[in-house]
Amino acid sequence: MTHAATVHSLWTTAAAAPDKIPSPDIEYGQLSPTLIVLGAAIVGVLIEAFLPRRQRYVAQLFVSVVALAAAFAAVIGLAAGDYGTSKARVAAMGAIAVDGPALFLQGTILLVALVAVFTFAERRLDPVVHGNRVDSFAAQAAAVPGGDAEKAAVKAGFTTTEVFPLVLFAVGGMLVFPSANDLLTLFVALEVFSLPLYILCALARRQRALSQEAAVKYFLLGAFSSAFLLFGIALLYGYAGTVSYSGIADVVDGQVRNVTPALAGTMGNDALLLIGGAMVLMGLLFKIGAVPFHMWTPDVYQGAPTPVTGFMAAATKVAAFGALLRLLYVVLPGLRWDWRPVMWGVAIVTMLGGAIVAVTQTDVKRLLAYSSIAHAGFILAGVIATTPEGISSVLFYLAAYSFVTLGAFAVVTLVRDAGGEATHLSKWAGLGRRSPLVAAVFAVFLLAFAGIPLTSGFAGKFAVFKAAADGGAGALVVIGVISSAVAAFFYIRVIVLMFFSEPRTDGPSVAVPSPLTSSAIAIGVAVTLVLGVAPQYFLDLASQAGVFVR
Amino acid sequence: MENLIGLLVAVPLLGAALLLCGGRRLDGKGHYIGTVLAAGSFAIGAVLFADMLGRGEHDRAMHSKVFSWIPVGGFRADVAFQLDQLSMTFVLLITGVGTLIHIYSIGYMEHDERRRRFFGYLNLFLAAMLLLVLADNYLLLYVGWEGVGLASYLLIGFWQHKPSAATAAKKAFIVNRVGDVGLSIAIMLMFTTFGTFTFAPVLTNADHASEGKLTAIGLMLLLAACGKSAQVPLQSWLGDAMEGPTPVSALIHAATMVTAGVYLITRSGAIFNAAPDAQAAVVAVGAVTLLFGAIVGCAKDDIKKALAGSTMSQIGYMILAAGLGPIGYVFAIMHLVTHGFFKAGLFLGAGSVMHAMNDEVDMRKYGGLRKYMPVTFITFGLGYLAIIGFPGLSGFWSKDKIIEAAFAKGGTEGWILGGAALLGAAITAYYMTRVMLLTFFGEKRWAPDEKGHEPHPHESPSSMTIPMIVLAVGSVFAGGLFSVNDAFLKWLEPVTGHSHGDSPLSAAAVTAGTMVVLVIGVALAWAQYGRRPVPRTAPRGSLLTRAARRDLLQDDFNHVALVKPGQYLTRGLVYVDHKLVDGVVNGTAASVGGLSGRLRKLQNGYARTYAVSMFGGTAVLIAATLLMRAV
Repeated sequence: MTHAATVHSLWTTAAAAPDKIPSPDIEYGQLSPTLIVLGAAIVGVLIEAFLPRRQRYVAQLFVSVVALAAAFAAVIGLAAGDYGTSKARVAAMGAIAVDGPALFLQGTILLVALVAVFTFAERRLDPVVHGNRVDSFAAQAAAVPGGDAEKAAVKAGFTTTEVFPLVLFAVGGMLVFPSANDLLTLFVALEVFSLPLYILCALARRQRALSQEAAVKYFLLGAFSSAFLLFGIALLYGYAGTVSYSGIADVVDGQVRNVTPALAGTMGNDALLLIGGAMVLMGLLFKIGAVPFHMWTPDVYQGAPTPVTGFMAAATKVAAFGALLRLLYVVLPGLRWDWRPVMWGVAIVTMLGGAIVAVTQTDVKRLLAYSSIAHAGFILAGVIATTPEGISSVLFYLAAYSFVTLGAFAVVTLVRDAGGEATHLSKWAGLGRRSPLVAAVFAVFLLAFAGIPLTSGFAGKFAVFKAAADGGAGALVVIGVISSAVAAFFYIRVIVLMFFSEPRTDGPSVAVPSPLTSSAIAIGVAVTLVLGVAPQYFLDLASQAGVFVR
Repeated sequence: MENLIGLLVAVPLLGAALLLCGGRRLDGKGHYIGTVLAAGSFAIGAVLFADMLGRGEHDRAMHSKVFSWIPVGGFRADVAFQLDQLSMTFVLLITGVGTLIHIYSIGYMEHDERRRRFFGYLNLFLAAMLLLVLADNYLLLYVGWEGVGLASYLLIGFWQHKPSAATAAKKAFIVNRVGDVGLSIAIMLMFTTFGTFTFAPVLTNADHASEGKLTAIGLMLLLAACGKSAQVPLQSWLGDAMEGPTPVSALIHAATMVTAGVYLITRSGAIFNAAPDAQAAVVAVGAVTLLFGAIVGCAKDDIKKALAGSTMSQIGYMILAAGLGPIGYVFAIMHLVTHGFFKAGLFLGAGSVMHAMNDEVDMRKYGGLRKYMPVTFITFGLGYLAIIGFPGLSGFWSKDKIIEAAFAKGGTEGWILGGAALLGAAITAYYMTRVMLLTFFGEKRWAPDEKGHEPHPHESPSSMTIPMIVLAVGSVFAGGLFSVNDAFLKWLEPVTGHSHGDSPLSAAAVTAGTMVVLVIGVALAWAQYGRRPVPRTAPRGSLLTRAARRDLLQDDFNHVALVKPGQYLTRGLVYVDHKLVDGVVNGTAASVGGLSGRLRKLQNGYARTYAVSMFGGTAVLIAATLLMRAV
């Protein structure tokens, strides 16, 4: 055979192969929310590449807002078309589930992201630099803090409009995360939304070193937890011979259909299941910020630009709890008696740990970070209920909590002194006398965090605790209520500080925001009050959405 | 027709809302609005009354449900009205006397810059009082009960710039709270006993409940009645309540609100009928109070306080009659109505005198006023004759019946109660003659005050005298009119029931006895105040007189028996709160803070520490999961 013939032979062999791979069946309609967001993110990248600097801000903002709104409309359309209930299916060859919880969480994430984008785009809070309006983000992310390159970038009026596509990529990952129906998709989604967040954390305009330190810590620890997650996935594959959720669940339930010959030695080995399950769980608990995997939270929340913190605190929690719910309710329900006691312990230390350590915090952003840890504990109590009410109460709590969080961080961006945001609590003394409206709005958010009636926090906490109590976790509820009492102390303390202390002479001033941040805060207040005063409609919505597809 | 019942309450309520929220714009015409709306309410009442007369005596009661107020599981409370003969009687009394007093107040409060607010409160009172008597269940009655209490508080303290008025308002409010607690407990007991607190089911099923429970409910209702109607032992607030403007004293603290206790007991008659012990307590309270009030009335030199003692005593009569059961209910209400006329008239007369005498209230500084104020003298005089029971006038008919019914109770009890009622009649004649003589007869004893203003007594304007005349007409004729053919008895009997007692004395004998004591009382007063000049400063007086001037030591008793122990208890509780409760609370807070400070140190900022924490956490997670399986 000639050389040319050999090549030809290889060529033809290679060409024949594609016939054997079936073309995947993709339900574009049901995946449209994710596809719209990811598509818009790519458009954002193209804008960065081809549009002149001056025009990028408006274009990016426009694309982001339109994409998020369109994706939200798509979610609503799917829900209206019964894709969350009777037509709930597993799509994309079993990789992604489109069901009630997935749509509810996707809708929440999209709304949160939309509001967060408003705060990202705010350009009126920082003073004008060299005739340019600036936002919360570094002029040029790659420039060394304080170096000549940075000064030049500031002088040239550079801005990091890349944040918009980054947010869109993160949102795309978050949309997939709670609807991932196999472990590999879960892992890919995790990385898709984590990597942009690491970068966003590093982009603060002020205190850049702190911001970069936060980003590096977040990245290192995130990679560390991803490694655990990935190892857990491997072990679960070894146990079940598949990474699909329903496949693993079948093996757990003892309905093994086909043993893969290569895995005959490990399949059905419970040690693999338990260790693998615990490791995957750990990966999710890290994202949630549960004790003892929470330690990144305060540092990252403090260091990241505040709009990013708000987005991250709200949306990541929603996505991660969605994934956790699906893992526990779809993959591991047969293992309930194994994971429930462990999750009990995690929930208890998370509630108490978050609440207790928050008591001595002196920085508003760190305070809110610990508060978010305590809230993760409260939500875990609902997760542990293992009842349909448990699912719906968690969904409701996530929706309620995410808007309170967004709003609270948005208020933090307003209180400023010469060094940027004045996050030290002592500077907030007497704020109520100087800016009664801002202080009152913040007080509303704090009361919602504390779970005072007529705010969404009360309705959510009540739903979660009720589900937990009905699900046989009464002791957990008692501890939850005690933690709430401890937590109420530091929330109310801030209110007292704002309204009943003498204002400091060198106190911060409250910047007047553009309609962007104002509307973000207004939406936060509105959702907080509506969900607090008339929660029933949304509780019903959550309970309609509360069934997972397998 | 039923819809008018709600309107009856709504009209004065609208007035209150308008006048209290309307602001200064209404200052010039607020009193007219208030008066017109009160009169409107009276007109509605009159229409309903005519309608009721047109129907047979057994289907006169009307019901009107406005809306479901609190529907929670088995617990159900409606805003619903019931208008029967008993309520109707009250409606006419309240709106009729109320309207007259509104008219009177136009003149009386002319120079008060807060007149609009005054009329707003008066309208509020009318609305609340009408709600009280029209409610078809105890819970709604309670709303009205609290409403009149609020109006009373606001009006007693209307001249809040005077510390005495502010204190008196608070005193009335607090003493009334004690009674209100009784009412709320009674309502709760009713709910646990009957499962409802609507009048009809509660009262028709009263026989089926155990006597012990009924006695408890009855005693709690009596406690409520004592508070609102200023009966012993909760009587102490009424005298001080005279700090309020005189029209208020006439309307609220003589004619209407203070009789709410009588209404409550009469309305709950079925409960008391089945609980003899509670009934005995009611008559005891009534008998004691009628003497207590009368004695206090004898010693007071302040004209309004003398009349307040009299009010207390007359309500004692009513409570006594109501406690007698079916023998007495009708007469209790009849006396209540006639008393409403003559006592309101007397108070308005007193107001007229004070108006003429620069707000002087000490009767020792009056004297001989009949020449200066003829209309006031005549109307007051007719009220005086009515209250002492002068034959043919209103008080004669109603009081006589009560004394008769008291004897008819029978046995030793009957003699004691009848005797007390007779004695009370004698004292009434004495103190009222005293008031009359000190005020209108004898030499003039007034003199210039410190600032040199000498009072120039004059007759009051017609806006004040006309209501007095109307009330005087009622004082003269109402009792007789009610007694023609036993008209009042037949009117009310379908609601309250009636039985004739077995009196050891004939009606004629009782009347004769009453006349004798009446003459004795008047003669004694004449001997003391008519024949010889009255000193301008009160003489020292006997021990009893001095005690009576201090309201028979009621406040001293309350101070020693209630206030002091209460203070000690409070101090003790405060001590426990500081040392024990705060200790625990602060200790917990401190330990949480300490723990927080220690845990915080774990957060040292090093990524490696965080990673170790995660690693350890995962190890524990895995170990715990495996352990769970092993166990």
